[in-house]
Amino acid sequence: MKYIDEFRRRDLALKLAGAIAAEVEPSRRYNLMEFCGGHTHAIFRYGVQDLMPGNVRFVHGPGCPVCVLPIARIDNAIELVERQGVILCTYADMLRVPASGRRSLMKARAGGGDVRMVYSTQDALRIARDNPGRQVVFFAIGFETTTPPTAVAIQQAQAEGLTNFSVFCNHVLTPPAIRAILETPREPDRGALAIDGILGPSHVSTVIGSRPYEPFAEAFGIPIVIAGFEPLDVMQSVRLLIRQLNQGRHAVENEYTRAVTRDGNPKAQALVAEVLELRETFEWRGLGWLPNSALRIKDSFADFDTERRFELTPSPEQDVKGCECPAILRGAKRPTDCKLFGKACTPENPMGACMVSSEGSCAAYWTYGRFRGESAA
Amino acid sequence: MNSRDKIDMTHGGGGRAMAQLIESLFLKHFDNELLRQGNDQAAFEVAAGRLVMSTDGHVISPLFFPGGDIGSLAVHGTINDVAMAGAWPLYLSAGFILEEGFPLADLERIVISMASASREAGVPVVTGDTKVVERGKGDGVFITTTGIGRVPEGVAISGDRARPGDQILLSGTLGDHGVAIMSSRENLQFETSIRSDSAALHTLVAAMVAASGEIHCLRDPTRGGLAATLNELARQSGVGMRLRETAIPIRPEVNAACELLGLDPLYVANEGKLVCICPPEAAEAVLHAMKAHPLGREAAIIGEVAADPYGLVQMETRFGGHRVVDWIAGEQLPRIC
Repeated sequence: MKYIDEFRRRDLALKLAGAIAAEVEPSRRYNLMEFCGGHTHAIFRYGVQDLMPGNVRFVHGPGCPVCVLPIARIDNAIELVERQGVILCTYADMLRVPASGRRSLMKARAGGGDVRMVYSTQDALRIARDNPGRQVVFFAIGFETTTPPTAVAIQQAQAEGLTNFSVFCNHVLTPPAIRAILETPREPDRGALAIDGILGPSHVSTVIGSRPYEPFAEAFGIPIVIAGFEPLDVMQSVRLLIRQLNQGRHAVENEYTRAVTRDGNPKAQALVAEVLELRETFEWRGLGWLPNSALRIKDSFADFDTERRFELTPSPEQDVKGCECPAILRGAKRPTDCKLFGKACTPENPMGACMVSSEGSCAAYWTYGRFRGESAA
Repeated sequence: MNSRDKIDMTHGGGGRAMAQLIESLFLKHFDNELLRQGNDQAAFEVAAGRLVMSTDGHVISPLFFPGGDIGSLAVHGTINDVAMAGAWPLYLSAGFILEEGFPLADLERIVISMASASREAGVPVVTGDTKVVERGKGDGVFITTTGIGRVPEGVAISGDRARPGDQILLSGTLGDHGVAIMSSRENLQFETSIRSDSAALHTLVAAMVAASGEIHCLRDPTRGGLAATLNELARQSGVGMRLRETAIPIRPEVNAACELLGLDPLYVANEGKLVCICPPEAAEAVLHAMKAHPLGREAAIIGEVAADPYGLVQMETRFGGHRVVDWIAGEQLPRIC
């Protein structure tokens, strides 16, 4: 496959591995957090850790959209299906995420609820057009990458006068999450979990650019490298981080220059700004309530806002006892530190969101790496 | 039969409409000596030796897809399940569950395709059944087929016979069926030239069995793909598997579609491929026989069986690292066969 296979070449990987091995200082620790689940997935799927020296370790970040969504919001989605009788359109990953009381959208569907799996916002609009007598809700989740299509869908619905369509907006922003991670105190006795550098988001950065990360590099003295999602991108970015650390620098560098610029995609940003605005605060799973960390629908599009169209009851959410998803999402613990991992909690029977999505670190650990042993974990 | 006629409840009611449907559709197209006996069962002589029997329900959506339809799939699927014992399939049965309102023209198209798949394979449909359910209680048509086959003397193929050191052979490219199905879903509009690989594999199996009496396991990687099949065999045999990603044949178009949809080709369904496990000394002869057959031209040795207390399927990645190839969790694609 052109433009893909080039970034998965074994000969180049081995060369890069050699270069990294030559550059690391053996006595030093290099704990690198990959923010995005896409990176976590690539690291495990291609076995990138196998090509790293022993003192270069990956710490998995919170960049998995279904993982950071608090249970209360999933409870709300189930409520929409069961009490309001809407057609709820959602991406497949959300179906299996556990809600309060061991429920899920999958179980709501099995119980007769009308939950439909869609691949894009356009599918949801089509369902609304085809079912004029029913309320259709699009369960919008994700970081800055998936936000522009949601904005477009809302504009389209307004232009078409689709009065039975609304969006349950759960879009979140990357920079506040990075800030929250960096502000999390690192436990000194668990030195392995300190973070020395960050592999920055790839798709998100195509939209927002690399500039928003610059204040963090400066304020926290930490190097950040925007990295593509292909395995060679990850390796090259690791090399750039190691170089910065060895040189005592902390700058934002961009490895993913084929897609990311400093200012991102102004057209997409403008589109989002027309339809969505900052929420004062939003709850993240694992990170708690973060100010200015999520988006809601503007007043001018209020008719298409599920939260204003339906009365949603705040849910007394019940996290599963013993589930370490919150700590894992902060990079404070590893999946194998969780008592439930691989026992009560598996991809077939997930107790926490990190075990559901292929981008969740527990699912990636379980699927690709659970028998590697600590050295490669 | 009018081209705009639809199935109604009388077609399953046991009266004249049902008799007419059977006569003008099923008997007409499946026509063979045993079916013509007109009994509630097919009676036939069997040779001495071991028989195998297998059944498979087909609920695929959409019913028609590039490279096949539910009819051809229902024939191929059961023939393949019988053939994976090294057996030669002899007879099929077919049970139809039809939804009220289903267009008769579509049903005829399916039955014709089924009949032609059965004729091409040389395995007749000798008995059958039709039921009609009310509108909303089915999805057009569901087809269950059952097959009976005879195992040649001396052949002992079973999922629990994989031994450390055995070679793992794959008969061709992965993922064609699953991706063809995805491409024809109405909510996933992408253009592709990929067609389902749906095919009857019994002649390929016969050629392999003739080439070596040493084949330990055969299985067709349908739902859950190669990953599920190898995990099943590893568990049944109490062994591990070691694959080489670079040796696994996948079409570039399939790879591209999988990239786009976020799928892993190792988990995507196939309907005309098989996995063979045999001792290293037999591998070359079996591979040679596979490559000489039209359905095995792209066959390859993709790895080997290893002693492993955890029963893991692992793969050396194209990239040079290692990963576990686990069971699929949940479903990658809904209703693919």
